[in-house]
Amino acid sequence: MTAEQEIDFIRGSLDHCVKCTICETTCPVAAVTPLFPGPKYVGPQAERFRGAGESVDASLDYCSSCGMCTLACPQGVHVAEINSRARAVMKQQHGMPLRDQLIARPPLQGKLGTPVAPLANFVLSNRLARLVAEKTLGIHRDAPVPKFAGRTFRSWARRQPAPATTGTRRVAYFHGCSTNYFEPRLGRMTVAVLAHNGCRVVLPRQECCGLPLQSNGISDAARSYVRRLAAGLAPYARQGYPIVATSTSCGLMLKREAIEILGVEDDDLRAVSGQTYDICEFLAELHQAGELKTDFRPVPLTVTYHAPCQQQGHNIGKPALDLLALVPGLKVIELDRACCGIAGTYGLKREKYDIAMQVGSGLFGDIRAARPDLAVCDSETCRWQITHGTGRTSVHPVEVLHRAYGLS
Amino acid sequence: MAGLVAAVRLAEAGLRVVTVAKGYGSLRLSPATIDILGYRPEPVQSPAAELPGFAEAHPGHPYALISPALLAESVQWLKEHVDTYAYVGDPSTNMLLATAIGVPRPSAVVPETMAGGDVRNIGPVAIAGLDVLKDFHAALAAENLQAATTAYGRTTQARPVLLSPPTDGQADVGALGLARMFEDTAFRRAVAAELRAAVREDEVVGLPAVLGMDQARLVWTELQQAIGRPVFEIPTAVPPSVPGMRLARALQDRLRRAGGRFVLGAQATGPELRDGKLAGVRIRSAPRVMPRLCRWVVLATGGLASGGIEVDTSGTAREQALGLPVHAPGPDQAGFLPSYLGEHPMETAGLRVDATLRPVGPDGDPVYPNVYAAGAVIGGARPWREKSGDGISLSTGYLAAEAILKEAG
Repeated sequence: MTAEQEIDFIRGSLDHCVKCTICETTCPVAAVTPLFPGPKYVGPQAERFRGAGESVDASLDYCSSCGMCTLACPQGVHVAEINSRARAVMKQQHGMPLRDQLIARPPLQGKLGTPVAPLANFVLSNRLARLVAEKTLGIHRDAPVPKFAGRTFRSWARRQPAPATTGTRRVAYFHGCSTNYFEPRLGRMTVAVLAHNGCRVVLPRQECCGLPLQSNGISDAARSYVRRLAAGLAPYARQGYPIVATSTSCGLMLKREAIEILGVEDDDLRAVSGQTYDICEFLAELHQAGELKTDFRPVPLTVTYHAPCQQQGHNIGKPALDLLALVPGLKVIELDRACCGIAGTYGLKREKYDIAMQVGSGLFGDIRAARPDLAVCDSETCRWQITHGTGRTSVHPVEVLHRAYGLS
Repeated sequence: MAGLVAAVRLAEAGLRVVTVAKGYGSLRLSPATIDILGYRPEPVQSPAAELPGFAEAHPGHPYALISPALLAESVQWLKEHVDTYAYVGDPSTNMLLATAIGVPRPSAVVPETMAGGDVRNIGPVAIAGLDVLKDFHAALAAENLQAATTAYGRTTQARPVLLSPPTDGQADVGALGLARMFEDTAFRRAVAAELRAAVREDEVVGLPAVLGMDQARLVWTELQQAIGRPVFEIPTAVPPSVPGMRLARALQDRLRRAGGRFVLGAQATGPELRDGKLAGVRIRSAPRVMPRLCRWVVLATGGLASGGIEVDTSGTAREQALGLPVHAPGPDQAGFLPSYLGEHPMETAGLRVDATLRPVGPDGDPVYPNVYAAGAVIGGARPWREKSGDGISLSTGYLAAEAILKEAG
């Protein structure tokens, strides 16, 4: 299928809607606010009235793009994708807040913040500055924002000697913006875990995948971002490198959202899409093939595991659970909540912060009740939200594996 | 339901179970009563008593493979596996439950919150509607309920009452929204206060089945205590079904607690064959198809209504997940019948299975020795006529798990 056909296919899927309302029952936003009437109303039902003319949508802005509706639909209707596209049209016609333009560009934040990390972190944690940001920009004063690491993952990687591993399995690591600017430790651990399993890790040139732009309806810029990224990764994909992502939502952007929502028609992206794996998916595949090292040391901790909505969008279940189950001594409590509320940049916004916190309240309650040593979760923005909502340290599953392998 | 029952049973027995689903199944749309056998076509009073004769008269029916003891065992198993609230009744007797829009429903095993709506022995009733819930009409339900008791030979008075619960200005709240509101104590108290004023001393109270989600038992118990009258739930006629969600969530919760995995949004595209044997299932998950290796497969993808079996425009029926042979009328079969609700041969389309529920080919031999079918994907039944769908799903899901457990040793 060409991207155009794929878009028609996505839109055409609305004809499969039998109005069973299963999507409505899984929507975490509609469950907490009447401002969003639910994915069926604004999705397959409203879509029939959307033509080439003026956008008539308003409540659609309250969709958080978590994608639970598409996931749950037994008829295969691409509810979330239909809604994301309609939202882009709506925001283009009704105007785009400066805030959305800013928060949708992690590389811009990273490049500005990294050289002056202490100052930037001070400002971001300063009540007065946050109050000003709320008043002027509309970024909620209490919303969880990450800290700049100061030294990027790539600058660390540049100074590493050539990998000592003799492994023959070649892997291209798509680390994403968050690992580069905010959590370089995750990148270091990922490289170590992959190397431990005999993988030769290469770091292709890369920048933002454009997901935050896409989820904010800034489609043109999102398309050029993802094309640029795909161009950098494609040579590796074509040589058969698995492209392994630790940012689960950005991996999903490459796998399908850029095609299904943005309609990007690009040979490079096609090649990359088919080769992209979430890190836990990749490691679990290794395990199924009997090629994952299981020389784990006991990790006597209790952890909760929350699979973020965007991770669920990969349609791979929860491979992190299968990996964590290999670690002796580790007690894992699987949580069963759809979403933490943050949904990328949704929960940062002044008018949506309270909704996001309400969406996450069930998850926060579960985590607090479990009193875990660590709250494990695959997505960075979700980890920040979880820590914000519970006060607990939240880590990527790879961090636990890294420790269990004794690589710390 | 068949898939979840099999998955929970296997996971609890210590097997590593992965459930792969294209989306959430039709259990979430069902009223969550366990209908075993309601009509054959005359009304059935005791499913347990009539099942042997029914199975003998319908040799190709899934019930021909289910012994009364196994059916009873599976019912008992279900009762022990739903934590939300108790299920009451057993296969020996059908209750006749009040419905939202029509004739009473013959069902043998039902949530305790619904059992009070049995028209066989119900006293004077107040059917309470909620003005914000447009999917439930108290006057219609009351009129039908009264007519049903008359038809049963003992007319009981049933009258409608309309409540206006505090919904924060929302004029239109669906069943699920109300179920969530009922979990709030203040909301519950407000409804109870209204009910106390509206209900007479000798009346039992029927409400739409929106009395809470995960705390259904608490909500129902508290409401009865607060008004001092028995309360029963009537399933709403349009989706979503709150009782169906309760049951589905209860079983999924069991699966999770037993260490079972659930993969949502993924589709089975065919068997993974290695050395001529089925070594797994090919699963489409964005953006590629990958094999998931396993020793056994339980196919519980549903029948024609759920897409487990599909019929193309030529009239050819296909099983969607593994491409198993479907027992169905061929393409030359007339597409339409002269009468509106006539019995179409396609109704019974589905897989044919052996005694341990393994799908068989035209020669009667299992297609794969390690594939089992459960639920509506098995052909031979007319569940919407027989009111047998839940019983078939429950008992075949249970039996499929049993067959695998025997092999696993």
